[in-house]
Parts: sequence; C-alpha cells; structure tokens
Amino acid sequence: MASPEPSRIRCQGITKTYPAVVANDNVCLDIKAGEIHALLGENGAGKSTLMKILYGVTRPDTGQIWWDGKPVTIPSPAKARELGIGMVFQHFSLFETLTVTENIALGLPAKEARNLKQLARRIQQVSEYYGMPVDPDRYVHTLSTGERQRIEIIRCLLQNIRLLILDEPTSVLTPQEVERLFHSLRQLADEGCSILFISHKLHEVQTLCHQATVLRHGTVSGDCDPRTTSTQDMASMMVGSQTTLGQSYPKVQSSEPLLTLQNLVAQREDPFGTDLKDISLTVNKGEILGIAGVAGNGQQELLKLLSGERLSSGEMIHYQNNKLDRLNPAARRKLGMAVVPEERLGRGAVPEMGLNENGLLTGFLEGLLNRGMLRRKAIDNFAERVIDEFTVKTPSVNAQAHSLSGGNLQKFIIGREILQNPKLLVCASPTWGVDVGAANTIHKALIALRDSGAAIIVISEDLDELFQISDRIGALCEGELSPIKPVTGLNLEQVGSWMAGVFNETESQPRSKEQQQELALS
Amino acid sequence: MDIELITNVLFAMVRSGTPLLLVALGEVVCEKSGVLNLGQEGMMLMGAVTGFIVSFSTGNLALGVIAGMAAGIAMSVLFGALALGLRANQVATGLALTIFGAGLSAFVGTAYVGKPLTGIEALHIPLLADIPVLGPVLFQQDPLVYIALMILAAVWLFFRFSRPGLMVKAIGENPESATALGLPVLTVRWLAVMFGGAMAGLGGAYLSLAYTPLWAEGMTAGRGWIALSLVVFASWRIGRVLLGAWLFGLASIMHLVLQGMGWSISSNLLATLPYLATIVVLVILSSNASRIRMMAPVSLGKPFHPST
Repeated sequence: MASPEPSRIRCQGITKTYPAVVANDNVCLDIKAGEIHALLGENGAGKSTLMKILYGVTRPDTGQIWWDGKPVTIPSPAKARELGIGMVFQHFSLFETLTVTENIALGLPAKEARNLKQLARRIQQVSEYYGMPVDPDRYVHTLSTGERQRIEIIRCLLQNIRLLILDEPTSVLTPQEVERLFHSLRQLADEGCSILFISHKLHEVQTLCHQATVLRHGTVSGDCDPRTTSTQDMASMMVGSQTTLGQSYPKVQSSEPLLTLQNLVAQREDPFGTDLKDISLTVNKGEILGIAGVAGNGQQELLKLLSGERLSSGEMIHYQNNKLDRLNPAARRKLGMAVVPEERLGRGAVPEMGLNENGLLTGFLEGLLNRGMLRRKAIDNFAERVIDEFTVKTPSVNAQAHSLSGGNLQKFIIGREILQNPKLLVCASPTWGVDVGAANTIHKALIALRDSGAAIIVISEDLDELFQISDRIGALCEGELSPIKPVTGLNLEQVGSWMAGVFNETESQPRSKEQQQELALS
Repeated sequence: MDIELITNVLFAMVRSGTPLLLVALGEVVCEKSGVLNLGQEGMMLMGAVTGFIVSFSTGNLALGVIAGMAAGIAMSVLFGALALGLRANQVATGLALTIFGAGLSAFVGTAYVGKPLTGIEALHIPLLADIPVLGPVLFQQDPLVYIALMILAAVWLFFRFSRPGLMVKAIGENPESATALGLPVLTVRWLAVMFGGAMAGLGGAYLSLAYTPLWAEGMTAGRGWIALSLVVFASWRIGRVLLGAWLFGLASIMHLVLQGMGWSISSNLLATLPYLATIVVLVILSSNASRIRMMAPVSLGKPFHPST
C-alpha cells in the first residue's frame, strides 16, 4: 500500500458461492481507521455473507483480506476477535437465563473473564463512559431490546476493539435511542475505532457514516460519500433502477367505525411481557391505523388479543355488531378478519409445510374446502396467485415455508391475507426484512385494500413506513396507548416522544382517561 | 418409631438414593447442555454387568468400578455418534439405547447370574462416624457414597463458579448464539454426554458391586427412569437433585419399613411414588410459563445443526 497509514481492513476479490447462488462476487471493501463505513444493500444483496466472512463465521471461496496492511485469513470468530473485530448481530446472541456479566464473560477470552466481580466493575465503567448505562447484575430476560443491544456493544468494547460491525442496529430502537447510539458510535470512531454499519435506512447512513459501499446481487454496485450523495442516488445503486423511495400515498379520512376497542385491559401472560392498560381505539372502514412503538411495549399482547390467539373477558372488542372477546381466531376470520403475525415461521407459517398448505391454513374466505375435504386444485391456484402477485421467489407451490428467504416468506404471508380481501387486516411489521421493491409492492397492496374499503391496523417499529402508509398514528409504550392523531400535521418527534411514554408535552399532569378516549375516538 | 429404626431407615435411604444421585447428576449435566439422553437405564445395566464381570474375574473391585464407568462411556459414545454426530432424534436414540443396553447386558452376563461376590465394604470415617444418627447415616457408608457426594459438590461448584459451567448452560439455552460467540457447542455436548455415560455406568456398578453385590438380568429395575424423572423433579437444580435422590430412595424402601410396622401397602403402589411426585412437579413447573423458561434448558432435545 502506498498510503502512509494502511486501511484498518481491506478486502479484495471476495467471492463466495452457495449451491444455488453467488452470494458475493468479487467484492472489495476498504475501511480506514476511525471511519464509520456503511454497507448498504437490499436483502439478499450479500451483506450478511460479507459480514460473516469478515467475522470469520464463513470462509470465502477466493479473495484476500488485509488487516492493518497485512494479509490475514479469518477462519473463526475467535480469530476475528483476536484481531480486534467485534460484531453485533441483528439477532442478539444473548442468553436470557444468565446475567449481563455472565453473558459478557462468555464472549471474552477466558483469562479476562475469570473474576466476574472485577468484570462487572469494568462493564459499569465502560458502559457509563460511552453513555450506555447497564446494570451488570441484571438477568438478560428482564432487559429491553435497547438495553440488550448495549450489552452486545459493550461486550465488543471490552475487547480492545478496532473494528465494530453492526448489523441493522437501529431497527429495534426508538428515534431517541438511535440518537444516543449514534452519539456513542461517533465517540468510538473519534477514538480511532472503525465501524462497519450495515443498514438499509438511507437517512441514518447519511447522518452517521463517512463512506458507503453499496452491494447489489452480490457485487459492489457503487461507493459513495453518503454525506454528499442523495438518498435517491443511493437507492438507485441499491435497487438498480429509479425506484421511487418513500413514495407518498394520499391520506384519507374516514368515519365509519369497523372495530372498536373499549378500555381493553390484559394482564401479561409471562413476566417478560407487558400489561395492556386501558386501550381504547377505533379503526374505520377504508383507513390505515398505524401503531408505533418499540418492540416489547405491548404489541404482541395487543396482536394476540386482536387475532383471538388470546381471549379477553368482558366486552372490550367490538367489530361491527359482534363482540369478539370470546371468539377464537377461526371464528374471527370467518367474520372477515385477517391477521399477519410478526413471527413468520411458527406463527405466520408452518415451517415444514408447503406454501400451498400454508395458504390453506388461513384461507378461510377462499372456499378451499369442500365439506371438510381439501380442494387441492383450488389450494394450489390460490398459492400460485399469491406467488404471482407478490413476486414470491420460490421453486414451486410445494416448497416448504422455511426454505424461503425471510423477505420472500413475508411477501407470501402478507399476500395470502390481502388476496382474501378481508374487511379488517391486522398486520405486524408488514415489510420487516423485505427489500425496497417488495416493500413497495406490499405497501401498494395495503393501500389498494384500504381504498377498497377495508380497515387496516399496522403495528410496526418502522416509523418511516408508518408515516408513509398510515392515515392515523398512535404509539404503544409500556402497554399504554398514546393519543391517535391523523398523520397529516404530525411529525416524527411527536411520535418519538409517544414511543418514549411522553403522551402530553404541554401539560405535565397525567392525562385523564376521558381525554385519552376522546383523543382516541376523534 | 425409635431412634434406631429411624437411623436404619435413613441409612438405607442414603444407600438406595446413591445410584439415583449418580445417574441423575450425569443426566443433569447432559440435559443442561441441551441433550436429552433417555438411555440411562441401558447405560446403567451395561455399567452394572461390566463392573461385575471385571470384579468377579480380577477380584479387584476398584477395577470393576472403573470398568463400569468405561462401559457407560462407551454406551454414551454410541448415543453421541447417533444423536450428535448424525443428529438423529434424541428421544428415539435414547430409547433404543435403553433397549439395546438391556439386551446386551443380559446376553453378556448370562454366565455370571447368581455368582457370589464380596461387595464393596463400608468405610467408617473416623470421628464423624461416631456422631449419633448422622454418623451411621452418612459416615458409615461405603466409599462410593462418599464419592457420589463429592461429585455432587464438584458439579455444583462447576455450575456455580466455573466458566465451562457457564458455557454448558449457555449452550443448552441457545446453541446458535453460542456458536456465534465461538463456543464449541458440539465438543461441550459430547463431553456432557460422556460425563452422563460415566455417571450412569458408575451408578450401575454401584448396584452390582456395592448395593446388592451380584448380577441379575434387569437388576436396575427402572432406576434409570427414576433418575430421569428425578432431573425434572429437581428442575435441573443440583442441590435439589440430592434432595430428590434421597426422597426417591426413601420411597423405594418405604414398603419394607411399612411392612415392618405392620402396614400392608402394596410395594408396587409405593414404587409409583417417585413418578407421581415427578408428575406433580411437572404440573407445578409448567403452570408457569416463565418458570419453565428459566429452569429448563430451552434447547433440550433439539438436534443442533451448525450452519456454515
């Protein structure tokens, strides 16, 4: 290298082929010391493969990696850590039944983790220094998602880290938490640590990163300085065409109620859950109601109560002229309700069953049965329609659900519900893990469903998405619902503070129930 | 009941609880790493017959104990090869191991049925053995009882304070995350399975060399199964394994005691007590979703596919 200071990490010609796909094709990446480098790309673009190669989880077929100018091979995560590479996975690798200290100890070399008391003190020091306070003695299952992420980061920081890889770190955080995370990351970068920030949220990349590498179909489709490149241009590099980003849809106002929740209360089912407190809301025909909130603030409970997976006592859920409280999911679906749960495998689809059979599972309104007997032809046709209209990439209708990539399965599950033209659709994170193109397809389908007169509730952590498609928005925080307001005239900060539990900025006194209800019903 | 009777009952309780304790300790370690090995009964029988044959042939009891453990380990390696190496269904593999062990031990041991052997003798611990009640109950036992208690303490310390102990727990909860952290999931599981085998073999050898020094076909009489339910009864806590082993040991000698007192209760009925107790504990445990989540190893019984 001719430059005076070699890059922290540089790789060239990285190629990795899996039986069916070329995940990385001749990929080059160059990260300087103290640089915050973005790795952009859609799902399936090869981001995760590249990052697994850098962290030693996977070995490339060909290609060379230089660390501080010296050629290295990274055969294992242990070797990566030895070099000073730390990684925060999207799905945290934490153990719920262990304490914070024990969790961190497992990720450290044995000699550093022998004295747990000493380690706990170090954790406290480091966490406070970087503005990410955690209590080392708490059990992980009692922590929020944001706190869990901090543990992952701190675990890396304790190891003299020189390159920190973060995989979609902001997807689980409130806007305020994102700000705090960025603050800590900048501090870290200023001290010379390089950061590889994997994301598909372009505006975050713009505010945080110094450099960006964009991947498409396994190859590098461009490098840019995100501070001076427009999001539109970066999106083109990602998607390859002039896809309209954040397309706006006309907002509607509607006043014909379809579903009403009246002071819905529910105790948590297990101690890691959230109690729902006095939730009142109305969804009207022909509108999309967005429910924001950081995961774990009652979304799961609300979804279960709406879907009928959990029954409520009393008369709290009104749907047209029916009281849903004691009706099971099948009965609710017969009334024209459809639900897309958050968990794709296990709740949304049976992993070992084919797409056609998974289509049948919720295809209550499609006449797929003949007096209890399967109508194979109709079942396959229905699955094929979903696959066509939502461009699900699958070898056949018989493909097992778990063999599909997350994004593709999501498209199938959403499509399966939308194509049944439900009167009420409740969906959680409709585009989670789905690429930009497919997200647009899903959004358009949701809008079309809305315009056909259906009521839709979208529960999502992605605020951009909610603002894009919802007509009214509210937020859940610790089982309480914020006021619900029309999106027109609402700003991101307002919803952000709702997500943090501040429901009323002007008055400091706790709001009254009537007031909340009034707002909710307005 | 006079004090002497109580002492005798407690003495017998500790004795009959010891094989359960040994086997259950092995299984706890195994299950905490996420592997469910239902082959305890088969491994015990192999341990018992091997221990007996070796002791009988060489006249060396210690050698017999070691051979029993080795037989248990050999059986567990068979299990590991199928369940860990080939990722076969753990439940089916474990059941097969039990059936296999029962058959093989009967076959190998035919010539030794009813042969006399002087078993392992009691070892009185100086001073401690003279304590009233406690002395005879705990300190006039045979050496294997002391060894079992020492292993108990070692396993407890292992999980309480050591990093490998933490690793076993973590791997049993979430092998995927453990792999991501670079923990050697399969190696740890192999070691745990082999420890389980060694303990089962030792438990079996205890039966044929100390408890009733002889070999008879199927002499474990379901103790392997009791040890398995004992693990659940103890909800995977080491301390409770001891409590459970003694309780179940007491239940298994209770019909003798009651007969002695002139009660006539079917010994078969009493033999169901450990299982009843386990069912009660299971019901209590699973009535609370979080409790089972905190105690039971989450990935128990699930084959682990390391992805590359």
